Amino acid sequence: MKQLVKFSVASVLALSAFAVQAGTLQDVQANGSVKCGVSKGLAGFSAADSSGTWTGIDVDVCRAVAAATLGDATAVTFVPLTAKERFTALQSGEIDMLSRNTTWTITRDASLGLNFAGVNYYDGQGFMVKASLGIDTAYDLGGAAVCIQAGTTTELNLADWAKSNGIEYTSVVSDTNAQTTANYDAGRCDVLTTDASGLYSQRTATNDPSEHVVLPEIISKEPLGPVVRQGDDQWFNIVRWSLNAMITAEEIGVTSATVDVVSNNPERERLMGRSGNTHEYVGLSSDWTYNIIAQVGNYAESFERNIGLSTPIGIARGVNALWTNGGILYSAPFR
Amino acid sequence: MKKDNTIISFLNNNETRAIAFQVITLLIIAFVFYSGIDNLIANIEAREIHTGFAFLSNRAGFDINESMIAYTPEHSNLRVFYVGLINTLVVAVVGIVFATIIGLIIGIARLSNNWLISKLAGGYIELFRNIPILIQILFWYNIALITLPSPRGSFNFFDSVFINKRGIYVPEPVSEPGFAWVLIAFVLGIILTVFMRRHFKKKHDETGIHTRTIGYTIGLVLGLPLVVFLLLGSPMHLDYPSLKGFNFQGGKTFSPEFLALTFSLSVYTATYIAEAIRSGIEAVDKGQKEAAAALGLTQAQSLKLVVLPQALRVAIPPTINQYLNLTKNSSLATAIGYPELMAAFGGTVLNQVGQAVEILGMTMAVYLVISLCISLLLNIVNKKMSIKGR
Repeated sequence: MKQLVKFSVASVLALSAFAVQAGTLQDVQANGSVKCGVSKGLAGFSAADSSGTWTGIDVDVCRAVAAATLGDATAVTFVPLTAKERFTALQSGEIDMLSRNTTWTITRDASLGLNFAGVNYYDGQGFMVKASLGIDTAYDLGGAAVCIQAGTTTELNLADWAKSNGIEYTSVVSDTNAQTTANYDAGRCDVLTTDASGLYSQRTATNDPSEHVVLPEIISKEPLGPVVRQGDDQWFNIVRWSLNAMITAEEIGVTSATVDVVSNNPERERLMGRSGNTHEYVGLSSDWTYNIIAQVGNYAESFERNIGLSTPIGIARGVNALWTNGGILYSAPFR
Repeated sequence: MKKDNTIISFLNNNETRAIAFQVITLLIIAFVFYSGIDNLIANIEAREIHTGFAFLSNRAGFDINESMIAYTPEHSNLRVFYVGLINTLVVAVVGIVFATIIGLIIGIARLSNNWLISKLAGGYIELFRNIPILIQILFWYNIALITLPSPRGSFNFFDSVFINKRGIYVPEPVSEPGFAWVLIAFVLGIILTVFMRRHFKKKHDETGIHTRTIGYTIGLVLGLPLVVFLLLGSPMHLDYPSLKGFNFQGGKTFSPEFLALTFSLSVYTATYIAEAIRSGIEAVDKGQKEAAAALGLTQAQSLKLVVLPQALRVAIPPTINQYLNLTKNSSLATAIGYPELMAAFGGTVLNQVGQAVEILGMTMAVYLVISLCISLLLNIVNKKMSIKGR
């Protein structure tokens, strides 16, 4: 009988503990790390190297949040997720934030109990074919077999585009980037379609990258950005403004090398937390932005280090340049 | 004093205790369920996750490459559910048929007196039974993709069957008006066969004269429809696949995903069925065969009337269990992208809609219903096959 009582008390405790929802920031500080959902491997966005270190522009957003909340950009637990797993993992609390080349759409933002905290890469869906096919426009793809990743906006965009252009196709759907690329590389399909950035990234993963061409058509808008659970506004603000800090730092010209330089530019001093009290509004210490820039760098540093022209992926800034340089990258002001 | 004693003896009563513990257990189970569901609902509400089944009627918006029923992205999510369900059933049925055939052959081969055949069958069983099914599926799928040629270099069999990385293309029979008569003749043939057999059985019972019916059966079931088919001037033609642009068009296509999945499931499940059949045959006492021979039954009659009925009693229940396993294992198709229920509905629709509770609930219910149907079948067969007390 005693055993039984113990058991029922324990089960009541277990279940009620289950139901309590703590603030994500408190959880993160208690755990000492940010649990960040990333892809299973998309070079330049989120991929682990041979020593298990994650790099990429999506990874840098996770690191920025860790630097802001814990003062240590390496205090991140990466959780690799397939496209199909990502939202459930975030909804269920398995991860604290999702930074996994995820397109911001109204359905996802408004019906899944999630919030998109901003855009860290403006993308669009494109097509890649083998150069030997001799095709130079996506409108010649009628009758082709197309490799797609399951559960993405890509699947929906392709169906819409094909319908409005009267193009017939066969879809070959796989769960992961790796299997999709492998199928394309093995010749299971004629065309690989995903976000253009993903095409450049996956091209580096094929046997001979020079044998593949990315077609010029971009058939959709794909704003990619970090996602958090709905209902924790403080955490939402932290993620949003960690990303904004990186963008603003590029705009002002602060890099990881020049964080310690004290200037007479008031905006720069505000951003670096040396004046004003914006840190109190997000509930963090005054050096949170300093830590982001010192440990992760500004947006331009992250971009050039991971996917810029000097990397094998070789993407130009294009629309992802600052608004002042002809792009659409824009942060609300630190004020 | 006396009253206290009654209470104590009441509490010490075994029956009361048993009931009390059962009530407590039930309450705990009910509480756990209630808390779980309450917790779920509270969390869904707190996060403002959209709920309900309205999504089923929404436009699906994505393509599915294999479907037995008409499907375009314009169809609803409910249609995707049906497409997935039918694909699951197709894999299950095809897999069960092939697993049974392979299992039967291997199981009998295992008992062969020929050393080589018996060892080969044993090796087959040990090899395929001990490698996880998921790995086998991925292995055969990737092997097919790596080794087969591209569409332009297809293996060509008489310009009608083509094999390449994109699948196996075969001619598809297309019926013309009048073909219905052939089907009617086929059904008529089956009905006549039943009457014919009844007639000869009656004759056997009354006179003891045995008549071989196999020739009549073939004539009625196959010959009759064939005669009708020829009389009507062959009201059917074949649609041949041909290379147009990137891919073959026309004919019937079996995709590498479907082939890899059904092949792996059949080969894997066949090992268990083979063992079930072997154990069934071995379970029949040698004396039974000897007794049948002593009664003057031929080898075939002894197998048909004495050995098999007893062997099947042992072999059928584990075999049907394997049918159940095969059906559930078909959900591993999600790894290679064959659009069965779990991949198309429990995967893609779930990701596009985001309502995990509803969609996974529906998916689980389907597997549960399929499994319960197979179990029900098992119970019926068991009842029929069980030794009848006389």
